[in-house]
Parts: sequence; structure tokens; C-alpha cells
Amino acid sequence: MAITMTLNGKAVSVDVPQNMPLLWVLRDELEMCGTKFGCGIGQCGACTVHQDGQPIRSCLTPVASVAGKKITTIEGLSPEGAHALQKAWMELDVPQCGYCQAGQLMSAAALLAKNSNPTDADIENAMDGNLCRCGTYIRIKKAVHLAVRMLNGSSPSEANNNE
Amino acid sequence: MSNYTYGESRPALERVSETTRLAQEAYANYDQSVQMLDRRGFVGTVLSASALVLGVAVNPSEATAAPTTWQPSVYLGFEADGTVVIMAHRSEMGTSSRTTLPMMLADELEADWKKVRVEQALGDEKYGSQNTDGSCSVRDFGMAMHKAGATARTMFERAAAQKWGVQPGDVAADQGKVVNGKTKKSLTYAELLPIAAKMEVPKEHELRMKTPDQYKLIGKKVPMLDEHNIVMGKATFGMDAKVPGMLVAMVERPPVYGSKVKSFDNTAALAVKGVQKTVELPMFKQPHLFQQLGGVAVLGDSTWAVMQGRKKLKIDWEKSPNDSYNSADEKKFLLDSVLKPGKVVRNRGDVDAAFATSAKTHEANYYAPLLSHAPMEPPVAVAEFKNGKVETWCPTQNPQAVQEAVAAAMGIPKTDVICHVTLLGGGFGRKSKPDYVVEAALLSKATGKPVKVIWTREDDIKFDYYHTVSGMHMKAGMDANGKLNSWLFRSAFPPIASTFAPGMQYGAEFEVGMGLNELPYDIPNIRGENCPAPNHLRLGWMRAVAHVYHAFGIHSFLDELAVLNNTNYADYMLKSLGPNRNIDLSKDGVKPWNNGQPISKFPISTGRLRRVLEQVVEQSGYGKQKSGNGRGFGIAAHRSFLSYIASVVEVEVDKNGKVTIPNVWTVADCGTVVNPDRVVSQFEGAAVFGTSVAMLGEISAANGRIQQSNFNDYQVARLTESPRNIQVSIVPSKEPAAGVGEPGVPVIVPAITNAIFAATGKRVRDLPVRRTKLV
Ligand code: FES
Ligand code: FES
Repeated sequence: MAITMTLNGKAVSVDVPQNMPLLWVLRDELEMCGTKFGCGIGQCGACTVHQDGQPIRSCLTPVASVAGKKITTIEGLSPEGAHALQKAWMELDVPQCGYCQAGQLMSAAALLAKNSNPTDADIENAMDGNLCRCGTYIRIKKAVHLAVRMLNGSSPSEANNNE
Repeated sequence: MSNYTYGESRPALERVSETTRLAQEAYANYDQSVQMLDRRGFVGTVLSASALVLGVAVNPSEATAAPTTWQPSVYLGFEADGTVVIMAHRSEMGTSSRTTLPMMLADELEADWKKVRVEQALGDEKYGSQNTDGSCSVRDFGMAMHKAGATARTMFERAAAQKWGVQPGDVAADQGKVVNGKTKKSLTYAELLPIAAKMEVPKEHELRMKTPDQYKLIGKKVPMLDEHNIVMGKATFGMDAKVPGMLVAMVERPPVYGSKVKSFDNTAALAVKGVQKTVELPMFKQPHLFQQLGGVAVLGDSTWAVMQGRKKLKIDWEKSPNDSYNSADEKKFLLDSVLKPGKVVRNRGDVDAAFATSAKTHEANYYAPLLSHAPMEPPVAVAEFKNGKVETWCPTQNPQAVQEAVAAAMGIPKTDVICHVTLLGGGFGRKSKPDYVVEAALLSKATGKPVKVIWTREDDIKFDYYHTVSGMHMKAGMDANGKLNSWLFRSAFPPIASTFAPGMQYGAEFEVGMGLNELPYDIPNIRGENCPAPNHLRLGWMRAVAHVYHAFGIHSFLDELAVLNNTNYADYMLKSLGPNRNIDLSKDGVKPWNNGQPISKFPISTGRLRRVLEQVVEQSGYGKQKSGNGRGFGIAAHRSFLSYIASVVEVEVDKNGKVTIPNVWTVADCGTVVNPDRVVSQFEGAAVFGTSVAMLGEISAANGRIQQSNFNDYQVARLTESPRNIQVSIVPSKEPAAGVGEPGVPVIVPAITNAIFAATGKRVRDLPVRRTKLV
């Protein structure tokens, strides 16, 4: 039976086993490969997407459970890369290999959506489930703070220099 | 039901007699002279067919890139409209090789960086080594980039001078055009292309390289080319490669190294919707090299179906000689092994005589466990076997090793293996070993379809080429003032050499040459010994390799000696280093491995080591900061990959024994630095990687089976476990470019354990730290 959801603002329908994780539906069925596979057991956060604005681990989410829900992936975060986090990530050159970064950005975006001025502790709480084997954590923290300053009106480089 | 066994009739490997050649390739010095096409351009060939791999859906039949009209070097081509095409022949795994080398070429060429197109090169020996391993991309290929850029720029300048009828000295290239110094007229490279392409290629001595003050990119912060795609979720990693009509495969590999399939029942697996077939993969033949482990593959339409199907396989495995392998026994064995004399790998003076007359002696044993690389992207490869050739798309650090390994497995010439390199979701050495590509190729041949082999995280953790386990014994003698007069350093570790030469129990030259035979201290009696240790797993190099455990032993021991003599590591090490000089290991019977580089070009300089140590002391306040009561500072300074690194780590240990790391200071002298921010980022990352090694990482075996399976039980540092601040300083230097990706790791591990000692009085001699109760 087909399962319908809203994916990055568009209605999509897939006909797959009910228990297939959303991660593999995105990657194998819908050709949306921005969401990454890192562990498959909810340990690394590489597969993080938003379900109705909440960050979820798509590797552990049976597709049937998102029927009728709004799903946002990295491809839908901002089609032009205009999200403050994406700009901050580039301003501070956060990525190394980049494989974990879609998950990092989605966790950070969910955090900023509900907390417009997170402390270091808030960031640590929200992001501790996102592993980065390359070790970009200190830049991730800085970039979240930078994005907040940008959302408050600074340009990326101003916000960076005023740090 | 279709079951195939493939590879049984494979011809014997040609490389058997070359034993460690492949291992050494990671570190060997290659002839990196630029391979200029002998004269005149217009070769009319395509630069590469790999451009499309960086688009999501890859169709091999459409894999043709725009032809270039002029190709003055294997690394450089021009299209008719003047577009500069630079080949990135090294792999991108986060170190920025794919950006930094092309940017050097572009700078020397005076090209407009924003308009340059960088293409990822196919695997091809014409590029020189593509093995992105051993921290040597800039070291080995920087000059080649300069020469290629200068050659083409010179030809454009000569073409413009010819056209204007002026002397070449009257014109100068500037960002994609040549400007006439007198008339200020200019001609673009596109306009000059037809003339330049017909000119004689200048001789090397005719090239005029830019001077550093003329650089527009080198020495500046240049972001990675793929950064935008990464933050957009559009970057294509190996995991994202797709070929129409491909099957997805997962392999159930033998649970014990060296075991093979006795029989299997695939009925339930084949009953899973979406599963199409199973294929038995034969066990590798010795030497292991980069062959598959063997097992049973399940192939089907989707990752999920195959995952489910694989769980339903019932396999009976043959016995393996490694069935009784236990890490607990191995630890005892290694720590016993180092109490007996081993093979002498360095000897100066007479340590035994010195010990007998020393005012005091001190000894200690250290242990570091097996580790797994665990790059965020597990191994994965797409391969298609068609018309006797293999085409593959894979995240590899070494596409030429892919060609060799796949060719050997399939019994075809290596030139019939076309290897497209995707972005790598981390490598750390794991992805220079292309066993996973061999699996995909064998399975494609067996099924007649393109196949994508996906490793789950469990596969990755259980079937790695592991970073080896080691035991070390240190003994030092001192005079009455605490001055060192003798040091015995014994190390036992199942060697990586065993992957290339079965049964090897002693380290290859590069393993011994990473720390064991090159103590730089001013001590009259030094002996290094390598004690034997058999392997029970396949082993391979991981970021910083043998330096990781050797530096842990050396710098923990130095800290112990400092404490014994009521001083601190920094003062004690500075005293022990002696006067600034270059160390001559040949006097001690050592032919220095030195990362395959001549010691004349990259001497072992105590002065440079002293400098980074002094600087990190100054920046961190080490020695002035108060330690104790759960707060402590630790330090280590170590030369590796020809770079000189010192780090100070601050730790806090709470009353439950939980360790946090508020600060790390790293000072790095890596010689000439090309892309400073990317260098800084590598040292930031190394501090986190080193934290994982020191605090958390441990792979262990019980009855031959690896006991860890995923990030829940093979932990790597999370955000809150990682250093909260990392301050990296790069020492300005005109020395030749040395290593960056790896040398940040070794210092971190002992700096952490030394800091823990300062904070708690507990000396951690067994890694990882989490095994020790600190309070
Ligand atoms: S892949 Fe989902 S948490 Fe790791
Ligand atoms: S950037 Fe490589 S895993 Fe995070």
C-alpha cells in the first residue's frame, strides 16, 4: 500500500514495505542522497531529518510512521543554501570530509527553530548525538553561534569578525 | 536459485615476491617529476571521463567529459574557450587535497581560481602516486603543480610576446590573461591558446616560478571546492554513486579471520521480497593484500531488502587457526614478549653497561589495543564488469591500488580497470585498502550486472584492516642528577607487514621507522628492539600508524622520568634534547626510514622540535598552571611525517572519574604551508581523533570474533567528549612542506594521559583511559 508524506514541501507517495526505514526510502526510492547512512542504529545522527519540525533519526523511522507527516531533508533546508546555518558553515569552513554535515545541519536547524539563542550547553545537548569522525565539533559550535548573530541581522563576515 | 563461486581460477598474484611493496607504497618516495607531454599540445584526448561521477546518477555509457584542446601536462588542460581544467589526482577525504594541489597549480599559472574547473582524475599511473595516504600530497606533488602551472604560463607569455613582437620580459600573465607592460594591452588565455599550444614546451631551467609575494592563493585561506555542495547535501560520496540497473549487495563475512564457508542455506534469504540471488565469495589467498575476506553475498533491488535477506542466511563456517584468538591472552603475550630481547633496530653505546652503573633506573610497560578506522562513510563501491573490463565508482584513497587489486582478482590487465574516485566520507587509511571494490567487481562478474556493495557499520567495525595492538617496554638509566644516560625501548606489535607477507612477526621498515628507532634525545646509550608478535587478523595503517602507540610510550615514559626527577616534562625534555642539531641515526646502525624521504632534505632537527615545545609551553602556560585536585596539564612533543608537533592538553577529572578536556593547544611546524586554514582544521580534527584513541577506542577479540559492532560499543569521541577549545598555531617556515593530516594525532594521546596524571596522580599505561578507574 502506498504511503504518502510531504517531503520538502511536495506530496510524495511510495510503495514500499511498511517497515522500510525512511532513510532507505529517501536514498533508494526517492533519489535523495543528501541524508546519510552512518550506523543504522541511531548512534551517529548522519541520517537526521525533520518530521514536523522535530529532528528524527531516519534510519530508525519506519516509513509507515511518517505517513501524512511533513518531512524536511537537507535538500529542503533551503534550496539556495540561504539558511543562516549553511552560510555560517561556509563562513567558518566547518566541513572536512563532509559526510556527517547534513545531519549536523539538520540537528542545528531544529535547535535554532525552537531556541533562537542557544548557549554552548544547549548546543551540546542538541548536537551530542551527531558524530563527526573528522572532528569538526569546535567549528560546529562556533558556526551555530555565528548563525544566531546572522539571524539577528549581521552579514556572515561581520558576524564572524564581531565574535 | 543461482549460486556462483567466482575467482577460484584466478591466476596467481604477480606480486607475491614483492611482499611489502604495497604497504610501502603508502609512504614511499616516488619520482614526482612532472610528466609533460613531450612537445606541442593538441593531443586531442579527453582529460578524463570522471567528471560525471560527481553528479548523482552515473551512467557509464554516458561518462564522457568535454574534450580539452590543449593539455600541456597530465594535471592541466584547456578547453577551446580558455577554460582551465585542472586534474585533482589525489583523493578528497577532508584534508582538502582536491583543492590545495589544484590551487597551487592555478596560482602558478595565474589562472582565475573562480573560473577553474577541477576534475577528479581516474586511476592512472601517468599521474604518479595517487595514494592519498602518508600525509604527502603537497610534499610530493607541490613542485609538480608549480612546474605544470609555470610551464603553461610561460607558453602563454611567449605566445603573447610573439604576437605583439616584443620580448617575453615585456609581458606578464595576470589572472587568465597576458598584459603588455608597455601598452597595457592584454590578451586572454583563450585568445592565446592556438599559438601557445603550438609552441615548444619550455625546458625546466627556463621556467620562472612566481615568488611568494606574488602568490594570490598559496598561503591564503582557500575553502574546499566541495564545501557548498556539502552544505547543500549535494556532494556525491561513494555511498551515493548509482549506476542504472545495479544490484545492491551485502556480504556475510567469516566471523573469524581465515575461516571460510563450509555450507550455507539461502532459502529464507531468497524468500525476502526484493532479494534476487546469493553468491558465494571465496576466501582470499595469502598474501592477503587487498583481497576480499570471502563469505556469502546477498544481492537485490534495495538496500533494505538485502539487509533483511542477509540476516536470514544460515552459514556453516570452517574452522580457522584463529578460532582461539583472544585479546586478553594477546595482551599478556605482548607484554611478555617485550620483557625478552628482540631484534635490535637501533644501537648506540651499551645500555646494559650503563644501567649497571646508573645512579637510578626506571622502567615501565605500556599497552595500546587494536583500533578500527571507522570513517563516517563505511566502505562502499559500485562496480560493473562488462566486455572483460571493470568500471568502478568508489571512495578510495588509492585508485591505482583499486586497479591492481581488481585486475588481480579478475585476471585482467590493470589498464582494463577504470576507477572513478568519488568523494570519501572520511578515510584515515581504511580506504587505501580496496578489498571492498574487489568484492563489488567479483559480484558484478558473478551476476552480469553492476553491483553496489554496501558495508554496514557492523561490517566496518568487524572486518577492518585493524590498527595493530602493541606492548612496549621502556627502561632508562640516569646519573645522580637525573640526567638520562641510557634508554632501552622495546616494542612488540603484530605487524602490518603480515598483511603483505604472511607470518611476518616483525615490523616493516616503515613501522619500525615510526618512533621506535629514532628517539631524538642526547643520550649516549640507546637501544631499540622490535620483539616478535604474530597476527590473527588483517592489519593495516590508520592515521599516524605506529607513531600512535610509540609516541604514547615514549612521551608517557618521559613524563614519568620528569616526575621521578621532580621536574616537568617540558624542562626534562628540553634538557634531554641537548644542543640544536640534526640527528645522525646512521651512527647507530639505522638507515632512517624518514617517510621515504632523504634525510638531507628532511633532517631530524632537535632545534625545530625544541621550538614547537617552547612555543606551546608559552602559549598554554604549561608549568605555570597549577595541576592537581582534578585539574591537570599534560604535554608531548613529537616529530612525525617529517613535521614537528607539540600539544598541551588540559583535563578536568570530576569526583566520579569523568574526564573532560577544556583546552588543547597545538603548535605545528610542518614546513611550508599552502592552505593554512585547512592545515589548522587538520590539527583540530587530530585533537579529536587523538581523544578517541586515548579515551575510548578499543577493539577486542574473543574466540577469534571481534566483540564490537557499532558506535554503541566502539565509541568515538562525541562533541561533549572532545576538547572544548582547540587552539592551533602554525610555525611560519620556509622549510619544505611536510605532513599535515596525521602528525597531529600522536602527541594528543600521551598529552592526555600525562594531564590525567597531573590531575589525579594516576598513571595510565593501558589504553583506553576509560578502562582505568581514576578516582
Ligand atoms: S544512520 Fe541513523 S543515527 Fe546513524
Ligand atoms: S566532516 Fe567528516 S565526519 Fe564530519
